[in-house]
Amino acid sequence: MKRRIVLATLAAPAMLRAQSTSGPIKIGLMAPLTGVAASGGREIVEGFQMYFETINGRIGGRAVEVTVEDDASNPDTALQKARRLVEQGNVHFLFGNLLANTGLAVANYVRGTGTPYFIPVIAADDLTQRSRLPNVVRVAGYSASQFSRPLADWAYKQGYRRIATISQDYTFGHEQCGGFAQKFTSLGGRVLQQFWHPLNTSDFSPYMGQLANAGVDAVFAMETGADATRLIQAYASFGLKGRIPLMGAMNASDQSVIRTMGAEAEGIVSAAHFAEGSTNAITQAFVADYDRRFQKLPSLYGFSHFSGAMWVAEALKTIGADAENRERLLAAVRATTLTGSPLGAPVSLDAYGNPVYDAFIRRVVRRPDGKLWNAPIETYPRVDQFWGFEPEAYMRQPAYSRAFQGPR
Amino acid sequence: MFILAGLVALGGMPLLLPSYHLGIASEILIFSVLAMSVNLLAGYAGRTPLCHGAIFGTSTYVVIIAAAAGVPVWAACLLGVAAAGGLSVVFGIIAVRTSGVYFLLLTLALGLIIWGICLRWTGVTGGENGLRGDLRQGWLADPQRLYWLILGVGAVLTFAMWRLVRSPFGLTLRAIKDSPSRMAALGHDVPAHLFAAFVASGLFAGAAGALYALFNDFVSPTTVALPQSVEGLLMAIVGGVGSILGGLVGAFVLIALEQFVSAYTERWLSVLGLTAIAIMLFAPQGLLGLLQRKSQ
Repeated sequence: MKRRIVLATLAAPAMLRAQSTSGPIKIGLMAPLTGVAASGGREIVEGFQMYFETINGRIGGRAVEVTVEDDASNPDTALQKARRLVEQGNVHFLFGNLLANTGLAVANYVRGTGTPYFIPVIAADDLTQRSRLPNVVRVAGYSASQFSRPLADWAYKQGYRRIATISQDYTFGHEQCGGFAQKFTSLGGRVLQQFWHPLNTSDFSPYMGQLANAGVDAVFAMETGADATRLIQAYASFGLKGRIPLMGAMNASDQSVIRTMGAEAEGIVSAAHFAEGSTNAITQAFVADYDRRFQKLPSLYGFSHFSGAMWVAEALKTIGADAENRERLLAAVRATTLTGSPLGAPVSLDAYGNPVYDAFIRRVVRRPDGKLWNAPIETYPRVDQFWGFEPEAYMRQPAYSRAFQGPR
Repeated sequence: MFILAGLVALGGMPLLLPSYHLGIASEILIFSVLAMSVNLLAGYAGRTPLCHGAIFGTSTYVVIIAAAAGVPVWAACLLGVAAAGGLSVVFGIIAVRTSGVYFLLLTLALGLIIWGICLRWTGVTGGENGLRGDLRQGWLADPQRLYWLILGVGAVLTFAMWRLVRSPFGLTLRAIKDSPSRMAALGHDVPAHLFAAFVASGLFAGAAGALYALFNDFVSPTTVALPQSVEGLLMAIVGGVGSILGGLVGAFVLIALEQFVSAYTERWLSVLGLTAIAIMLFAPQGLLGLLQRKSQ
């Protein structure tokens, strides 16, 4: 899929600066518009384009040309589309993708071409850890295990000592649960049981019975998409809700999940860098604007790509919109401290290309108009991807997997 | 003569095409080998397999894993083909005594096992995230040379398959397709022939998978998943079941169509599906079959 969106080509020539004669800034955006991750993919495109609309499609006097390609939720297709954007479309940099495997495939490709590649949603830990690349930067994104650590800390402070985790059985789940389990165990808590179920589990009842009898103080659920909806429903209908507190990964109680749900989702606690229910004025202005444009509250996907686009645009402004110079662009992106993003707080990158955020512990509550959203109940300042661990020592331990959830 | 002209035309492509299109051309060549290997079974032995994507992808996995372990790239490719061959031996033993829809379902199930293993054996296969290769180094880094390599290997493999189906062995296979019971009555060992064809076909699919590893430099469970097997089969059907070059035609049509249509609409999958249905309705012998019928 290639839809060319040329934004704001009609600007007064007097506004153009010298470098604008070199043509528009060309950006390749890849998102899953078909396949399993299609709903999130659409929100990626919405958030990304919304940002360029708010700045009238111009950065530092140069027009912006965004080419959108469908990665079909498939890494082989993503690779093909990345080749098309870089080799045929001559884009200055790439953005996007949702599923970790699509991002990892594209990252391997840009390793050879040197094209800057920005990944606001791809959370695979190792892309900014053990196998990081100089031209792959996680602007406005997070590494999978980053926020489950403060959540584990919060859980321990609530007096929870025995935890069970339930998660989709793939790397994204292994990493989020690993972050949680390692932190929680290091504090002195115990992870009694870990359930790994296949993606697209239609019936959660067997797990509900086991969770109910596991003798735990709380449950951590790492779910995305329809699995998240089904798990939350099962949790309520089997009577676990209200009896055993439910904590989730941020994607389990993301807007993309809870906007179609009711009371069963209320009260879920998660940790994230963004909380659409924050009282921060900048956040609220963004949420209201997004709601007005798309008739829904922003999800993680929309928010991340809006903010990621802003990050790179701010960096470009500091170098005279010189998108052709890759080294300069990457250096500028790394040096940029993003202010004015929907986060409502300044954010910058660590030495490994992953942002350091103030992390919110959020609870799903009902707004006055009846919609559900995640409202912050506590803030952990300056949470980076290694939070509490020494980076080099941390990276010597293996990546999280089903078999490795932190040293036991 | 035609074939020589075709080879010269294909060989000259890198001089004319920009690098992205050259990538597409490489992909077409690789998938045409996969389609031909499927055709070997579907078109000549009358057994339609749905596991060739898994065999193809197993080879891709083995090449990338072996190369990461320090094996030279050429040896890794041979290991990949050998692994595909070994897998075909196992699959062949299980599957050759069935036919028709049972063969289809059995091979489908065998393919799904491979997919499941690649998905769950995280320590070796990287699970859902897949494995990133490091094969495109030095000589292979240049897309033109890689294309010529793929073309050269592809041409040799195509010739080998063409020879195979025209040999007495190939004739026996075709006879088995027409009437297995008569061939058995005539004293031919039907399962042995089918087994040999299955393994040969798996080796060719494995060779395509090894080339794919060089080309893609990345592998994930989607490479061994069912859609990959279906795509190979579809290419064979679109090009023409029962003619080796049909694989090339089918791969070209499907990949070119995908590229062309996806540039214009988000609904490119629907367009591809409708095209496949139209071809099956109006050209049941495939596009090559249609051409041959028209020219007669």
